[in-house]
Amino acid sequence: MKPLDLFVEGIGLWSPQFADFAALRARLNGDAPVAPAAPTSALLPANERRRAPESVRLAVEVAGQALAMSGRDPATLACVFASAHGDQAITDAICATLARAPAELSPTRFHHSVHNAPAGYWTIATGCRAPSSAVCAGARSFAAALLEASTQALAERRPVLLACSDIAGRGPLLEMTGCDRAFGCALLLAPEAGTTTLARLRLELPADHASSTPPPATLPDAAVGNPAAAALPLLALLAGAGGRCRLELAAALDLLIAVEPAA
Amino acid sequence: MTTPMRPLAVSACTVSSALGRGLQAQHDALRLGRGGLRANDFGSAPRLGWVGRVDGLETTALPPALADWDCRNHRLAWLGLQQDDFLDRVHAARARYGVRRVALLLGTSTASIGATEEAYRRLDADGRFPADLRRPALHAPDSLSAFAAAALALAGPCLTISTACSSSAKVFASAARLLQLDLADAAVVGGVDSLCDNVLFGFNALELIAPTACRPFDTGRDGISIGEAAGFALLERVEAAPRAPRLLGYGEASDAWHMSSPHPEGQGAELALDAALARAGLAAAQVDYVNLHGTASRQNDAMEAALLARRFPASTRASSTKGFTGHTLGAAGIVEATIALQAIEHDFVPGNLGAATPDPACGPQFAWQDETRCVDVALSNSFGFGGNNACLVFGRSP
Repeated sequence: MKPLDLFVEGIGLWSPQFADFAALRARLNGDAPVAPAAPTSALLPANERRRAPESVRLAVEVAGQALAMSGRDPATLACVFASAHGDQAITDAICATLARAPAELSPTRFHHSVHNAPAGYWTIATGCRAPSSAVCAGARSFAAALLEASTQALAERRPVLLACSDIAGRGPLLEMTGCDRAFGCALLLAPEAGTTTLARLRLELPADHASSTPPPATLPDAAVGNPAAAALPLLALLAGAGGRCRLELAAALDLLIAVEPAA
Repeated sequence: MTTPMRPLAVSACTVSSALGRGLQAQHDALRLGRGGLRANDFGSAPRLGWVGRVDGLETTALPPALADWDCRNHRLAWLGLQQDDFLDRVHAARARYGVRRVALLLGTSTASIGATEEAYRRLDADGRFPADLRRPALHAPDSLSAFAAAALALAGPCLTISTACSSSAKVFASAARLLQLDLADAAVVGGVDSLCDNVLFGFNALELIAPTACRPFDTGRDGISIGEAAGFALLERVEAAPRAPRLLGYGEASDAWHMSSPHPEGQGAELALDAALARAGLAAAQVDYVNLHGTASRQNDAMEAALLARRFPASTRASSTKGFTGHTLGAAGIVEATIALQAIEHDFVPGNLGAATPDPACGPQFAWQDETRCVDVALSNSFGFGGNNACLVFGRSP
């Protein structure tokens, strides 16, 4: 394979420690920005924001941040929403209802439970009629979704918005997911360099298999256990001076990413 | 501007559903007009509607090495993989290309959530999952692909697509991109969804389940019948299988309309159709058969009948086969892809089972009964919740 070159035009980030990508950069530089209370998900109309489940608000928050940085028109922008666990709070609630009184299952909760609820809400809120997708790959969800979004951007020569997020789990399911805090991030990827390019990514599938790059030691362990936080080594390179990181993509296959900030 | 794609060979495929195990069982049922639906006899659902249930899953055993994956969805996946020599075909591709050069892309809507439901019904005294179900990989939405990667011993790019009822159509698009960029030499695509309380009670709560067998495009249609199925296909470059039928094009688009009902004018569906035809380099009039999404919901069928009527000539034949299989949700894309491929292989258009009184909105394209006629190009529509649309175009090898 030839290396895949992508150009990052926008970066979104939200966790209980970071309100956005600027907050991550500040933390890496030794500052301690104020932690956010909840994602604002400003792109959702107020009534939708009230209705939307937590997983949707988090995904829309980070996707909206990346979109705003790029200045792209969301109506024609393809999007890929990834989440290792989907909306764990809804899965917990649905399974509890099904065990207790199945006929009481709420129709709204049911249609919110589909893995593509964030993609659905996003496309409705932004008037997007472009392709949208919803994917997962367990602990490798971020790397697999990055490859999916990158191949779409390059094969179809179109910008693609990637969001990867997981909310905190709850109920009996939490012991299985081990994901007890929220983390979400987003990248707007273009097939060509432009005036809004922040960095170039070069993706390769190396012949060897090795340990994934750990997150920078200066970062708090706040996102441990959240599969979406597998993006942290890459986000740290984007926030700094670039470099290379390795993320596990499949059982014995890695994604090697070289980051070169725009001049 | 969508440009033509390089076709891919569909060098092997298989399907198992309420119509039976394997391609021959499906073709026989379609040929005989024998549907697979029955009054719901599954799980704790209080006899909600009719279902397309796969027989024998209760006694299907996974091989010992895969025993930790045991649940209804993976039994169905395993049963499906064993039909039509599909396992052997994957093994041959793995040997030819190497384990890291065969991608695995599967669609599912609810994966193995049936196992999670069971765990919640059997919580222990401390409110924890019962010990036998404390298997984290079972309670994750990517469980199907993780299971299949283990069962097929594949180590290439691996992804689960979960866009509700378009899931296992979209896997063809993702695979085509991976092969185009030389990230893989072959791809196993497909999808599996199995009956579970979540979908039966969920669609019931949305008042979308028909009280009897679903009736796609009937004037009096009153909802869907849920089915379960497993289907798989092997995609390679045409040079590797020059005589195999081909994936000629794919299209994907969003409605930007509503979470649980389609755009009334089918705008997203039509954008997906346009993109699929553009990639195939074909005009609508060159399509011989359209396998419709045709769920038998009021709204889907109204939208899709109007789309068909305004875009295709009467010489294009069309039918929904959900009256045979039920709506197999995340597996519907692959099930209906195999039906489109069989239409080409056998020059056979399946009839639109279940419509006794066709909706007058339906045009002359509808094949209310099966037809024997030349099918060189067949198209399949798959539309999902959240306004997620996919369209696939298959063709005979030249």
